[in-house]
Amino acid sequence: MTNDEFTQKKPETAPPKTAIGVLGWLKINLFNSWSNIFLTLLFGTLVYFIIKNTMEWILFRADWEVIAANFKLLIVGQYPIGELWRVWICFTLLSILMGISAGIWKGTMGHLTFAMTGIYILVASLPFVLLETRIWLLINIALIIVTYLVGKWFIKYKKFILISWFLMFPVVMILLSGFGIFNRVGTNLWGGFLLTLLIAIVAIVFSFPIGVLLALGRRSKLPVVRWFCIAYIELIRGVPLITILFVAQLMLPMFLGDGANIDNVVRAMVGFTLFSAAYLAENVRGGLQSIPRGQFEAAEALGLNTTFKTMFIILPQSLRAVIPAMVGQFIGIFKDTSLVAVVGLTDLLGMGKNIISNPEFLGTQMEVFLFVALVFLIFCNMMSYASRRLEGALGVGER
Amino acid sequence: MKKHSSEKKTPFWRDKRILPILLQALFAVLVVLAGVFLFTNALESMKQIGLVFGYDFLSKMAQFDIGDKVIEFSSTDSYGKAFIVGILNTIKVAFIGIIFATILGFIVGISRLSTNWLAKKVAAFYVEIFRNTPLLVQIFIWFYAVFLSFPVIGKSLNVMGLFFFSNRGSAIPWFDLTSSTMIWFISLLIGLTLSIVVWKVRLKRQIELGKRKYPIYSAFATLVILLSFTWFITFEFPLRLSIPEATGRGFVGGYTFGPGFGALLVALVMYTASFIAEIVRGGIMAVSKGQVEAAKALGLKNATILRLVVLPQAIRIIIPPLTSQYLNLIKNSSLAAAVAYQEVVGVGITVLSQTGRSIEVISIVILVYLSMSLLTSFLMNIFNKYTQLVER
Repeated sequence: MTNDEFTQKKPETAPPKTAIGVLGWLKINLFNSWSNIFLTLLFGTLVYFIIKNTMEWILFRADWEVIAANFKLLIVGQYPIGELWRVWICFTLLSILMGISAGIWKGTMGHLTFAMTGIYILVASLPFVLLETRIWLLINIALIIVTYLVGKWFIKYKKFILISWFLMFPVVMILLSGFGIFNRVGTNLWGGFLLTLLIAIVAIVFSFPIGVLLALGRRSKLPVVRWFCIAYIELIRGVPLITILFVAQLMLPMFLGDGANIDNVVRAMVGFTLFSAAYLAENVRGGLQSIPRGQFEAAEALGLNTTFKTMFIILPQSLRAVIPAMVGQFIGIFKDTSLVAVVGLTDLLGMGKNIISNPEFLGTQMEVFLFVALVFLIFCNMMSYASRRLEGALGVGER
Repeated sequence: MKKHSSEKKTPFWRDKRILPILLQALFAVLVVLAGVFLFTNALESMKQIGLVFGYDFLSKMAQFDIGDKVIEFSSTDSYGKAFIVGILNTIKVAFIGIIFATILGFIVGISRLSTNWLAKKVAAFYVEIFRNTPLLVQIFIWFYAVFLSFPVIGKSLNVMGLFFFSNRGSAIPWFDLTSSTMIWFISLLIGLTLSIVVWKVRLKRQIELGKRKYPIYSAFATLVILLSFTWFITFEFPLRLSIPEATGRGFVGGYTFGPGFGALLVALVMYTASFIAEIVRGGIMAVSKGQVEAAKALGLKNATILRLVVLPQAIRIIIPPLTSQYLNLIKNSSLAAAVAYQEVVGVGITVLSQTGRSIEVISIVILVYLSMSLLTSFLMNIFNKYTQLVER
């Protein structure tokens, strides 16, 4: 067969050196054309100068003493030192729940728990934290690991774990404020990152049902209800958050009359809840609109009334479709909590602002605010990571 | 068999014709009651501090001054005028912010899709950092750690003799109008119209005859001829460059702005650009791959593909989310209240603390933002219609 000559193996020649390895990668990704060479050089010098100056500043010129001295203030504000164990109990409960959930669900939950453990380790390794803090953190880390390992025994009790996640909120509130069981710690003493977290969580928890109701109302067939919901949503979405916070701070006491005596933190929480409910309603409405007509008709054909139809057929499907959008909204709420600093509360940012006005720490604005930015950055990144994973897991946007 | 269910009268609480009406009436009564309760309380507490609801305080003298202002304002002017200055300040920062954020956002968004690894990574890093940090934290960093940390005005930081930065304000080169600005402006308008006409005509001829008629070049030439003609008439340029100079207490010439405006503008632009970048990236990626491949098969250059094939299709996807980012930027400009740049919310807070008229002030602020939002979405909707796919 003459074909043999053609099919015979020829000795393999190695690919040219410039096509493989580091050199090849550089050539393909950075220097493949004149314009790219120019771009690479431009960005290279830019990146070099930014990194060099930032590193020099962080390592040599910045005065990190200010963070060390005010670490407690930045994290829990004026919360009394004698009562701090209550905050730690909250974190411990959270660690246990996260550990068990990570053991059960693995995946995204596992990654989040891993990130949380990372944060604990990071804080524990900071040189200036107190011995007590370090012990609590080590207990937490140990608990996460133990509960993660025993987590698979709990697979049968998935429902209980979910319920305990929902119970976390009231338990934490009771623990932190006392409610007659412990010494009362007024919300005026809540501050720092703790306050940031609490405002965000309260706003998320309470705005969710209001938002769902508003969204249902906006799609209702009853014109009075519909127009009320449209007016509310569009009015709130049309004005900046800061105006709503000022309304809550200044006008809530006026509107509620003499009897109502609510403190600043609760006013801010009310403002946030009313604000984020309008945005959530729009997200949920998007989900409601994505449900095909057949679902409504099938539910009606089964003889379900409006309430059952909405509760068991429409809402579960539409909420599932908008989970990623809602997580995005929650990230927004979390970032927006920093606005309470403008109306005089001492959340993480407000505390930072107070610290730089202390003459003892003059000229440390960059250090304090970069620390604040870093804390927000870490948590927002964790949340957006979770949202991206959820999007993939739920298969939203793919058919 | 005689007793059929339809003969029995349905009780009214199960009648589908009456029920909705009853429910709505109940809802309306509840809403009205709640509204009445809130407003009687508000009026009551206003009465207690001796105030009657009304907008007549707007004509009273405002006893405060505003740092950055577009029109003349002094502490002897009225509250009403203070509000107008505030509104103009909002428009100023929002307008400049939108322009710069769009430019930066498009650059970053396109860089994220670049084939250059370094450019791609730098853009991704930028988006990740600026999108996940609260805007107010960014504003504070720019305000307290950058603009307020510049040296005092006497020793102000001088960049190439053109830009001056001090903790009381910064100055950049700007343009002064000359006597012939108006003539230049009119001739520019005429020139632009003429060149568009020339471009259209030449393009039509080129398509009809199938020969090169250089439509772009001839349009450009028309404009240049007209403008040089204007120069021969006036012997003057339309604008004079004015370079700032630092004197003992302030800057002369150029354009001067306070630290609050600088911090707010930079933070708004950097923050919004990171969102716009993601929108642009999503829009471009949504254009199907076949379009680019087909364009390449036709032999178009990369730049031409981006300009003629990808961007016109991407723009349709980009515009609606871009509009909501513009609206966000306008609303976010209210954070100026935290850095002493007196825009409409800042003015409102000052007026409120002086007069105690919370309902009136907040109603004005809400009205201003609602009308600005409506105007922006109206303009963007027009633009949106213009770029929409023309379907059969």
